Order: sequence, then structure tokens, then C-alpha cells
Amino acid sequence: MDALALSRLQFAVTSMFHFIFVPLTLGLSILTAYMETRYVRTGDEIYLMMTKFWGKLFLINFALGVVTGITMEFQFGMNWSEYSKYVGDIFGAPLAIEATVAFFLESTFIGLWVFGWKKISKGAHALSIWLVAIATNLSALWILLANGWMQHPVGYALKNNRAEMVDFAAVVGNAYGWLKFFHTLFSGYVIAAFFMMGIAAYHIMKKSNLDFFKRSFRIAATFGLVSSLLVVVVGDFHAKGVASTQPTKFAAMESLWETKTEAPLNLVVVPDPENERNSVEAVKIQGMLSFLAFGDGQAKIRGLKEFPREDRPPVLPTFLSFRLMAGLGVLFVLLSLTAYITAKRDKLETSPALLRIMLYALPLPYLAGQLGWIVAEVGRQPWIVYGVLKTSDAVSKAVNDTQVWASLIGFTLLYGLLAVVDVYLLTRSAKKGPDDLSGIPKAARTKGV
Amino acid sequence: MEFQIIWFILWGVLWAVYFMLDGFDFGAGTLYNFIARNETEKRMVMKTVGPVWSGNEVWLLTAGGATFAAFPTTYALMFSYLYTALLLVLFSLILRGVSLEFRGKVESSAWRKGWDLGIFLGSFLPSLLFGVAFGNIFQGLPMDENGYHGTLFTLLNPYGLLTGVLFVLLFLQHGSLWLAVKTGDSLGERSASLSNRLWYALLIVAVLFLAATAFATKLYANYLQNLILCIVPAIAVISLLAIKFFALKADYLKAFYSSCLTIVMVTFTGVIGLYPNLIPSSMSPEHSLTIFNSSSSIYTLKIMTVVALIFVPIVIAYQIWTYRVFRHKTTPVDAEEESGFY
Ligand code: HDD
Ligand code: HEM
Ligand code: HEM
Repeated sequence: MDALALSRLQFAVTSMFHFIFVPLTLGLSILTAYMETRYVRTGDEIYLMMTKFWGKLFLINFALGVVTGITMEFQFGMNWSEYSKYVGDIFGAPLAIEATVAFFLESTFIGLWVFGWKKISKGAHALSIWLVAIATNLSALWILLANGWMQHPVGYALKNNRAEMVDFAAVVGNAYGWLKFFHTLFSGYVIAAFFMMGIAAYHIMKKSNLDFFKRSFRIAATFGLVSSLLVVVVGDFHAKGVASTQPTKFAAMESLWETKTEAPLNLVVVPDPENERNSVEAVKIQGMLSFLAFGDGQAKIRGLKEFPREDRPPVLPTFLSFRLMAGLGVLFVLLSLTAYITAKRDKLETSPALLRIMLYALPLPYLAGQLGWIVAEVGRQPWIVYGVLKTSDAVSKAVNDTQVWASLIGFTLLYGLLAVVDVYLLTRSAKKGPDDLSGIPKAARTKGV
Repeated sequence: MEFQIIWFILWGVLWAVYFMLDGFDFGAGTLYNFIARNETEKRMVMKTVGPVWSGNEVWLLTAGGATFAAFPTTYALMFSYLYTALLLVLFSLILRGVSLEFRGKVESSAWRKGWDLGIFLGSFLPSLLFGVAFGNIFQGLPMDENGYHGTLFTLLNPYGLLTGVLFVLLFLQHGSLWLAVKTGDSLGERSASLSNRLWYALLIVAVLFLAATAFATKLYANYLQNLILCIVPAIAVISLLAIKFFALKADYLKAFYSSCLTIVMVTFTGVIGLYPNLIPSSMSPEHSLTIFNSSSSIYTLKIMTVVALIFVPIVIAYQIWTYRVFRHKTTPVDAEEESGFY
């Protein structure tokens, strides 16, 4: 493999690894903040226990989100220096704003939250976790506006041998970026909801801390139901956004080879990229694809064959990832609806099958998120900035194969190790359950978390 | 004033503040295994850096992000030219972060010992590496129109290493003063006496560094042209002496502030010497990366200036506020407290 292929692989490994942690951060920060707010409002100690228990899991996860994020920030220059030179005038701004506006806020107030239990008032303490939650969500906004620009470049002009920003408002108001933001945000909320429901289900099955975990489950089920509906709704808009701005990606997502008006949606498709066709197409809904893409059953959709081969993304991974993600999206709606109703009727203890399913469903939203990124990033190929710069022209010139081999191996080993430690710590704390506060004198209970 | 100059100043400020803040984390982290005698003392150290290290590290991310946004060509070339060195910085910072966060999560001494090593490596290596990197930037990198002509080992030249040692000592001094201020009891006293001894080593290396700079770099050219600028290195020297002055009076808080000023002024001394370069070329001056030939468009610089003017003061305000919340000395009693998360 050459430096280009290795750099791509390294980017995939490191960003997918970063994205194991950050989506949970997005959702769990809000859930933890909600619980602490309930505690401040009601004074009910069970919410304090909840804050501490889920907050501890939050922190274990959060640490890895932060340390793997530093890699992301450095990599654009290290591995993609031609890219950074060419689009830095536009792309650097949201990254710098992200650090100034979001990272500072979050990193400062997380320290206050962890160490400040006795030092600041209850209200200020709850406020600090809210600030953390807002900051992490803001950080997602800026990074996704940056990524949204790569997917659908706007507000720039090509001059002085590079892309220069001419309209900041267009970059910030990029509808594609905002779609990405909301879709990714809600997908993070789904991950957090299923994380909480899964762990709560485990304890409810074991009949440990029943009241505690049933309440947690109920909160998570409500959050999960709303978010999973929103993911699907925004996802549909997102697909429309792709259809109108990145025709090659959309055609690859659907494995559509021929340009068609009134394009059908085939529920069963087996692509055959070698021969530029699908070997199986079955369960056809006429006009459905045109409708999904443009809100018009008659609309024309361009097939892959309309584009030169070298301008098409890899079809198989894009297609399969998209199908699986969307399928999972529907499944999450059904699961969280069932979970919500069961929790509402207080039937959780008597529904062991549901509890078991919710426990095993815990990793699925993570999977859906990773698949989504494969759709977005692999489907954008061969472009790094759609229609503007090819990935092959973006790689650093000064970096050789050996260097990237070394870093790729280094990252794989280090990250592998971190993953093991993290999973160990999370399972250990999750299984242990909440610390019982009842043995501790009331005055000392808010001490030292 | 030209926007490139505003961003050059801001660039220098971001690095200076970063070294001033994360510098004491690095120093305390390097010393930590040696100076803390038992688990209680170790926890005392943890409690002093725990609330602030991650907010300090963001100054680095912002310095990197500002380089990207304001001087994209420099960001692109510097990061790819120094690939392997930066990779080592990255790995060490990752190691430090997880070590600090995970150390207290399991009650087992083997577990803690492992992370203690991580804290040491993750604090010592970046101190050294940042110094080596800046030493080489001061000297200039071997680059021309064909790109970069060095390797990791080119960076390990005498001047680069000397700057590395300077940084390590600056941060050790800084970290030991931090502990002298922030921890009570015998730990605080030991830190204070260590800082008193470290000072002499720092003084010697600083003198060597100032002398070597005259031979190895062109940093002094700007000062010779514009003598008023000499006030910056002069303050650096005075504040270095002030550390000792206040330490002798056992006023470690003022000594710590002097150490802050020393670090900031040392950074400024280098940065002013670089102007108008961000990275000089040691091969031919016309291939140096300057603030003018590597900057973003004026439009982008203007927008980023507005963002910085609004948000940087806000950040400074709430960071100062959190330092105030945690201003009290950590005592063994605090460290023994049921620690839950840590
Ligand atoms: C829990 C996770 C999850 C679930 C259930 C879904 N998605 Fe998704 N999807 C993501 C998580 C995600 C993501 C991780 O957030 C992505 C990756 C890039 C992005 O912007 O969002 C994404 C990307 C992504 C893209 C590509 C965006 C691009 O190329 O820029 C489309 C078109 C959709 N999604 C559409 C859908 C539809 C129609 C869904 C359901 C029916 C769906 N997603 C469910
Ligand atoms: C954290 C979630 C993300 C994941 C999981 C992800 C995944 C991937 C994957 C799988 C690739 C390899 C594609 C290929 O080479 O075929 C890639 C490439 C890349 N992505 Fe992302 N990505 C993420 C977010 C982002 C964001 C937010 C940005 C920009 C702000 C970005 C910028 C890039 C760049 C520069 C490349 C390298 C060039 C390329 O191959 O296109 N990615 N990413
Ligand atoms: C590929 C481009 C990306 C870069 C350059 C990047 C950069 C970073 C950095 C530097 C951090 C550490 C911040 C700290 O030290 O406090 C971080 C953390 C984080 N990132 Fe990313 N990231 C990327 C992708 C993403 C994506 C796609 C998302 C979410 C949609 C995301 C959301 C977060 C969150 C929520 C955190 C943890 C909380 C925080 O530090 O704000 N990042 N990222």
C-alpha cells in the first residue's frame, strides 16, 4: 500500500474510533444533566444516585472521546497537507471556532463538575454539567459544518491556487451541514438512550436496584423514542440533500446504474459492480425512489453509468451500509416504542424477553452510526471535497509509506489497548450498579464525587 | 495594523499561554512519582491538576486550530514535515490523558502503578518534544522548493536538544512551584525545596540557551534592528531572577507567578525573533514560511479576528473563575475523602 491508501486507512481507523465515544457523549451528557436538574429541583436523592452512576460511565467514555479527538485535529496537517493547504482558508475556520467556542467550555466545566461537588452551590454544579452538554453539542455542530462543507462546498471561490472563503454566512448556513448536524446529533441521542436502556435492562433482569433502574429505563425510553423518530425523519431529509447535491453518492447508495424517471425502490437488491448492473432486483415499488429523493414520483434520477468510472464511489460498501443503517433506524423506532409502552405500563419486570432484547440491542445504534459514516465518507469518493478536490491530490507529499505504516500500526495498537481498558472499566462500573448513599450521613452525601 | 500581524501576535499568545498552563501539569506529572511518597500524597497531586489539565490542553488545540485557520500553509507543511515527532507528541498526550482519568477508577495498586508510569511518560515526553520542536523552528527547518530534507534525527541536533532541556527544566520548576503553592504539609515543603534547587540548573541552561541562540539561530536580528524589543528578553531574565527572590522569602505564590511570566516571556522572545517568519528555512530564506506567504485570505482573517475578540476574553474569564474556585491548598484530608470518580 502507498502513503495515500495508508493515510486513508488511518483516517478511517482513527475517525471511526473517535466516533465510538463522541456520540454517547452527546446524548449521555444531556441525560446526566437532566437527572441532576431533577435532583436540584426535587431534592430526591435517587436522582443524585442516578447522576453519580450515569455520570461515572459518562466520564469513562468522555475521556476517550477527548484524547482521540486530539489525533483528529492534528491529522489534517500530518496526512492531508495538500488538502489543508488547498482548503484551509475555509476549512480551518470552523475547526478553530470549535476549539474556542466549544472545547474550552466543555473541558473547563467538566473539571468543575467532577471536582466541584463541595465547592460550588448545587445549582451552579448542575449548571456546569449543562454547560458541558451544550458545549459537546456545539462542538459537533462546528465539526459537522466543516464536514458538511467537504460534502457540499459553498461560499468559496477558486483563486490564488486554492479555495478561498468569500461568504462565511453561506459556510455557516450550509443546509447540508445542518442536516448532518441534526441527523448525527439525534443518532448520538439514540446511542445514549439504548446504552442506558441496555444497562438498566440488565439490572432489572437481575432485580437489583429496581426502582433506580426502572426510573432510568423510563427516562431513556422516552428520550430514545423521540430521538429515533427524529433520526429517521431527518435521515429522510438528509437523503434528499444527498440526491440533489451528490448524485454519484445517491446512485451508489441505491445501486442504481441506469438513469430513470419514476425510479422504483427495490426492497431486495444484489449489486454486481463488475458488470455495472444488479444481479437481483425484487419487490419493486414503482416511483418510490424518485419520490423519496425529490418528493416527486416522476422525478428523474441519474444512474451510475452516466458518470465516468473514475468518478464513481465504491458501490458495494456504500449501498450495503446505507441499507443496513436505514433498516436499523426503523428497528430502533419499533424497539424504543415497545420499550416506552412497556415502561409506561410498568410491565418491565414481567417482560424478560424485551429486557434481553434491549440488552443485546445496546451495540446496534453504534453500528448504525459507523455505517452512516461509511455512507457519507466512502460515498463521497473519489472526492475529498465534492467536485473540487480529489482525495488522491490531497495527501501529504512530504510523508512516506514507512512513516504512515509506523503511525498506522502505532494507532492500531494504542487504540486497541485503550478500547480494552475502556470496555473493562465500563462493564465493571455498569455491573456494579449505583453506590448506595443511604449509609452516608446526609451532610456528607454530596461530597467528593 | 495588518491582519497577518494580529494573527501572528495571537499565535504567539496562544502558545505562550499553553506552555504557561500545561507547563505546570507537565512539571507536576514528571515529578509526581518521585515527589509523592505515598498514595495520599499522590492523590493530593491528582487533586491539584485534575480539575484544570484538560482545560489547559485546549490551548494547544486552539493554537493548532489557529495555525490552521490563519496560516494554513504553515499548518500543512509544519505538521507533515514534523510527522514522526508530532506523532510522538500525540501518543504521549493521549497516554497522559487516559492515565490521569483512569488511574483512580480501580482500587488496585498494580493498576495505579501502570498509570503512574503513563503520567510520567505523558508529561515528560511532551515537555522535551515541544522544546526540541521549537528549538528547530527557531533554527529553521531544512526546506526548499522540493520540500523538506530532514528526518526525525535531523531534529535531534545540539541546539534542538538544548531547547528541549530548557523546556523540561522550565516546566519542572513551574510544576514544583505549583505543588508548593497548591499542596500543604510536607509534600508542599518538599516541592518548595526541590524548586529551590532546580532553579540553579534552570539558570545555567537558560544562560547556555541565550548564548547558543546567538550562534545557532537568527533570532537576535530583529532585536538588533529594534532595540526596544529587548525589553521582552529582559523581562524574561528579570522574572527568572524574581523566582529566586520570592522563593527565598518563601512567597511561593509570587514565585509561581514569576515562573508564569518567565515562560510567557521566553516564548515571546523566540516568537519575536522569528518575525515575520513562522518557520524559517535553514536552506534559503526565500523558502521560509512567513506570516504573509502562508496566511489565509484577509476575509477569513477578519472573521477569525471577530471570533477571537469575542470568545477568547470569555474563555479567560471563566478559566480564571475556575482557578479561583479551586484556589485552596489540597490537604491530606481532602485526598483521603471518598473519591468516587477519581
Ligand atoms: C443511530 C444511528 C443512525 C440511524 C438509525 C440512521 N442514521 Fe443515517 N447516519 C448516521 C447515523 C444514523 C450518522 C452517523 O449520524 C451519519 C454519518 C454521517 C452523518 O452526517 O450522519 C449518517 C449518514 C446518513 C446519510 C449520508 C449523509 C452524507 O452522505 O452526508 C444519509 C443519506 C442517512 N444517514 C440517511 C438515513 C436514513 C434515511 C435513516 C433511517 C431510516 C438513517 N439514516 C438512520
Ligand atoms: C467521526 C466520524 C467520522 C467517521 C467515522 C469518518 C469516516 C471516514 C472514513 C471511513 C474515511 C475513509 C474513506 C475512504 O478513504 O474511502 C474517511 C475519510 C476522510 N474523512 Fe471522515 N469520518 C468522520 C468524520 C469526518 C469529519 C467530521 C471530517 C471533516 C471535518 C472528515 C474528513 C475526512 C477526511 C479529510 C478523509 C480523508 C480523505 C478521504 O478518504 O476522503 N471525516 N472518513
Ligand atoms: C474528523 C474530524 C474531527 C475532529 C478534528 C475532531 C476533533 C476533536 C477534538 C480535538 C476533541 C477533543 C476536545 C478536548 O480536548 O476537549 C474532540 C472531542 C469531541 N468530538 Fe470530535 N472531532 C472530529 C469528529 C467529530 C464528530 C464527527 C463528532 C460528532 C458528531 C465529534 C464530536 C466530538 C465530541 C462530542 C467530543 C467530546 C466532547 C468535546 O471534547 O467537546 N467529533 N473532537
